[in-house]
This record gives sequence, structure tokens and C-alpha cells, in this order.
Amino acid sequence: MEWVQQLINGISLGSIYGLIALGYTMVYGIIKLINFAHGDVFMIGAFVGFYAITGWGLGFFPALLLAMTVCAILGVLIERIAYKRLRNATRIAALITAIGVSLLIEYGVIYVRGAQPEAYPNVLPNKSFEFFGAQISSQSLLILSVSIVLMLILQFIVHKTKIGKAMRAVSHDMDAARLMGINVDNTISATFAIGSAMAGAAGVIFGVYYTKIEPLMGIIPGLKAFVAAVLGGIGIIPGAMVGGLVLGVVETIVSALGFSLWRDAAAFIILILILLFRPSGIFGKNAREKV
Amino acid sequence: MKKAKGFWLFLIVSIIVYGTVQFLISAGILNSFYSNTLIFIGINIILAVSLHLVIGITGQFSIGHAGFLAVGAYISAIFTMKLHLPFPVAILVGGIVAALAGLIVGIPSLRLKGDYLAIATLGFAEIIRIVFLNIDYVGGAAGMQVSHLTTWTYTFVCLFITILVIMNFTNSRHGRACISVRENEIAADAMGINTTFYKVIAFALGSFFAGIAGGLYSHNFYIILPTNFGFLKSFDILIFVVLGGLGSLSGAVISAILLTLVSTFLQDYPETRMILYSLVLIIVMLYRPQGLMGTREITDFFGKWKSAKGGN
Repeated sequence: MEWVQQLINGISLGSIYGLIALGYTMVYGIIKLINFAHGDVFMIGAFVGFYAITGWGLGFFPALLLAMTVCAILGVLIERIAYKRLRNATRIAALITAIGVSLLIEYGVIYVRGAQPEAYPNVLPNKSFEFFGAQISSQSLLILSVSIVLMLILQFIVHKTKIGKAMRAVSHDMDAARLMGINVDNTISATFAIGSAMAGAAGVIFGVYYTKIEPLMGIIPGLKAFVAAVLGGIGIIPGAMVGGLVLGVVETIVSALGFSLWRDAAAFIILILILLFRPSGIFGKNAREKV
Repeated sequence: MKKAKGFWLFLIVSIIVYGTVQFLISAGILNSFYSNTLIFIGINIILAVSLHLVIGITGQFSIGHAGFLAVGAYISAIFTMKLHLPFPVAILVGGIVAALAGLIVGIPSLRLKGDYLAIATLGFAEIIRIVFLNIDYVGGAAGMQVSHLTTWTYTFVCLFITILVIMNFTNSRHGRACISVRENEIAADAMGINTTFYKVIAFALGSFFAGIAGGLYSHNFYIILPTNFGFLKSFDILIFVVLGGLGSLSGAVISAILLTLVSTFLQDYPETRMILYSLVLIIVMLYRPQGLMGTREITDFFGKWKSAKGGN
């Protein structure tokens, strides 16, 4: 019965990875950039949620919405200021700029408020009930349902709305989309806004679930979410979700087997195996290289 | 003929630099803070130049260089502290083991390109760090005590050899093959160059010198911790190379000297240092993506009397 418990923990962790991975995968799908600053947007989301709950006394859902809005604006700002002029630059220049933006956000936050961690307030009712002998807290159920709802909304936006259609067109062929009259710049900004909003939501959820946040908390979940995105097939939205869940479950199993110090290594070993044997990911199609 | 002349000039300049600094240290004019800073600059130059070979010359984007630094640091520390072998042997063994690690990492991952290669090397570096974190023989998370053995002489000799080897490698037939891989891998392949071989060779050579730097690094600090070799360290090395100009050896050297000095004087304000670092990085990438020197070398600026002699 302990296994059911671990599985549920893994799914909760995995849904957080999945939410962050969505932003990575959308941005990579559209401008082929690994947005290293994405993990730090996640951190900003956690802090906005924290200050909204403790400072203004907001509830969970208003804080979640506020964090998503702030992160969406931050994502668009990062894109407009740092990444926009690099659209035709080399990959290395873009990647290094992303690393720079990431460091700037991390140490900017430390400079403003110090490096000390904060304890997240308990905003959700915490009841637990039995399910096949496993203890499930209402908190983790709520977190899981919030993640699922957010992903359904994202699926709806991408597949049923005009901006979603524009996003798919731009990621397919940017030049052709521009010739068809799509405003490519606005579409890319919208992608950043949606992806960053997801990361912000993940930040608040992470804070509520793990109760401790700090300015450098975004680095490791950010990298792991990238692993999740690669695992599912980068650029494919359902892939990011599945990759996140798989990674969360694997990590929890590794910890449960008593190798908790090796937990972080497990994610990177998965990454390397995937890159070597199936670089296009679980859901990806093999693309042939053209000269 | 011309190359030999350049070599003698380089030798004379380095002997003068070494002699002056050694004289100042032994005469007591430079106190231990300054001599430590000089050693640290030397180590950082070795790191920058070794990564320059991988990124700048061969064009393979590796952001996991701290992993090989960690291998060199730990292996050489084991050789001096646990096996009680002399320090030069330990440095050499550290370099060789790091080169082997480079081969093990490089052979599978160099099939990847661009972003994927970057992420794979980052992943490997993290795995190396976690492995050291979990081995109790080297102290695990608590770190390992290492005696202070690094001197200016050791650092300078290693630095001299590193720059000489990498300079000569770049100017050799193999170096030109590596440059052709950087410029266009498919074209290089079509011209009959074994691209995989040259990528792996450059990677292993870069790892070897990173391991040498690791040996000097660990014996300069009294204690080594796995957290010293996280990806922030990799980014530090990357910044030297990128800021100096991808493909410019002298650029990497100059930016390693400048940035080490800046971070030494800002070490009481670590946040300010990182904010400055990141701003410089973003601004350079936005307005001068080729780095400070581009692919030129500092000797190119003395081009007048050089071109008067004909040649290239």
C-alpha cells in the first residue's frame, strides 16, 4: 500500500514539473530557444503568491491568478527586452543570453530581499482520507485538479482559438505564417505569456505543497522540467505533461528505494538516455536533417 | 621559420613574466592575498583556454566543464592526501583521469548538436558532481581536506604548457580540421575529415587541461566541496570564453584575467557581482554577439610589421 502512496506523491510532483515543462516546450517549439530563465519565472510566481497570501491576505485562487498575471507580464518583458533582437542570432548567443537573464533574475531577487527562505502559509484545508489503504491529502488532490484544469485550458487555447492557431502556424513555419498575415511578434509574445503564466501557477502550487521557497529554488525544478519536456518530445504539448508525470514518478520511486541522494542524478540519466536513443522524445517524430 | 620566431618570443615573454612575479613574491613585495589572486587568475586562464578549444575552435557547445574540473580536483586530491604521492604526479594523473572522463562523456554525447549537446554536457557534469557527493571516501557532502600545495611556480608551468599545447594544436593540421568542423560540419565531412574523431579529440584535450586546472584548484583551497563544482562554475568558465570572443585564445585569456580581478574585488558583495556579471553577459550578447575580440588574436593588432613580411 505504500506504493500507492508513493505513486500519488510522484504524480503530484510530476504535475508541477509538467506545468513548468509546458512553458519550455511551447517556447522551444516556436523559437527554438531553451529559455533558461523559465525556472526563475517559476520562482517569481512562488514569491508573488507568497506575498499575496501573507501580505494582502488573499486566498489560494486569487493568489494563483495574481501570480499567473505577474508572470505572464514578466515573460513578455523578458522576451521583448532580451530575446527579440536575438531571433536571427546564433544559437549560442541566444542560449547565453537566456543564462544571463536567469542569473539576473535570481540575484536581483536576492539583492532586493535577501537569500533567506520563506515558509509558505497554509491556505488550503488539509484533510486526508483513505484510498486503497493510502493516505491522500485533500491538498494533493486539489493541486492535481488545478494542474489538470490548467492543462485543459491550455489545450483549448492552442487548438480552438485564433491565437492558438497562429501559434501552431508560427511554430510550423515562421516565414510562411508571416506571409499569411499572422503577426509573428505578437504570437511569440503570447506564447511567452501563456508559458510563463503556467510556470507562475506551478510556483504557487509548489509553495503550497512543499511549504518552503527561496530565490534559487527555480534552478533544479527548471532543469528537471526541461528534462521532462525533452522526454515527452520537445515542442509537443501533451508530451510535456506526460514527461513531467513520468519524471515525477521515477524520482519518487528512486527516493522510496532509499537512494534519495541520487534522485537528482536519476533525472539527468533519463535525459542522457533519451537524448542518445530517442532524441525526438516519446511522442516525437524523427525529423531528417536537410543540408 | 616565422613560427619558430613566435615561439621564442612567447618563451622569453613568459620567462620575464614568471621571473618578475616570482621575484616580487619571494622579495615579499606581493603579500599572500595578491599571490593567491595571481594563482587564481592562472587557474582560470587554464580553464578558459581549455574550454576555448572545445567551444571556440571546434564549435561544440559544452556547458559542463566544471564536471571535468571536479574530476581533476578530486583525483589529484586523492593522490596527494590518501596515497601520499608527489604533487606533480597528482596533477598529471588528475588530468589523465579527466581526459578519460572526457572520452566517456564525449563519445556518446558528441553525436548531438547545438542545444541538445549543451544540455547533455550539463547533465553529465551534474551526474559527476552527484557521484562525488555520494562517495564517502572523498568526504561526501562534508568535503575533503586538502593541504595547500599550489604555488605560483606550479601554476605558471601548467599555464605555460596549456597555452603552448593549445596554440600549437590550433595551428596544426588537426587544429585546422577542428576549425572546419566549427565552420560547417557537413562540408568538413564531405571533404573527408573524420568529424567525430576531431570532436572527441578536442573534447578530451579540453577535459585534460580542465583536470590539470582541477589539481591546482583543489590544492589552493584547503577544502573541496561538491557544491564548488555546480553549474554556476561551468557558467563562470563559459562566460570567460564567450566574453573574450568565441575562437580567440588571447580573448579568453584577457577576459579570464579581467573577470577574475573584478570578482576578487567584489567578493564581499556576491549579489552585486552576479548582477554585474549577468548584465554584462546580456549586453555583450545583444550588442556584440561575437565577444570582445571576435575570432581575432591580440597579435593581429600588430599586423603591420607582420604583413610586411608577406606570408598570409
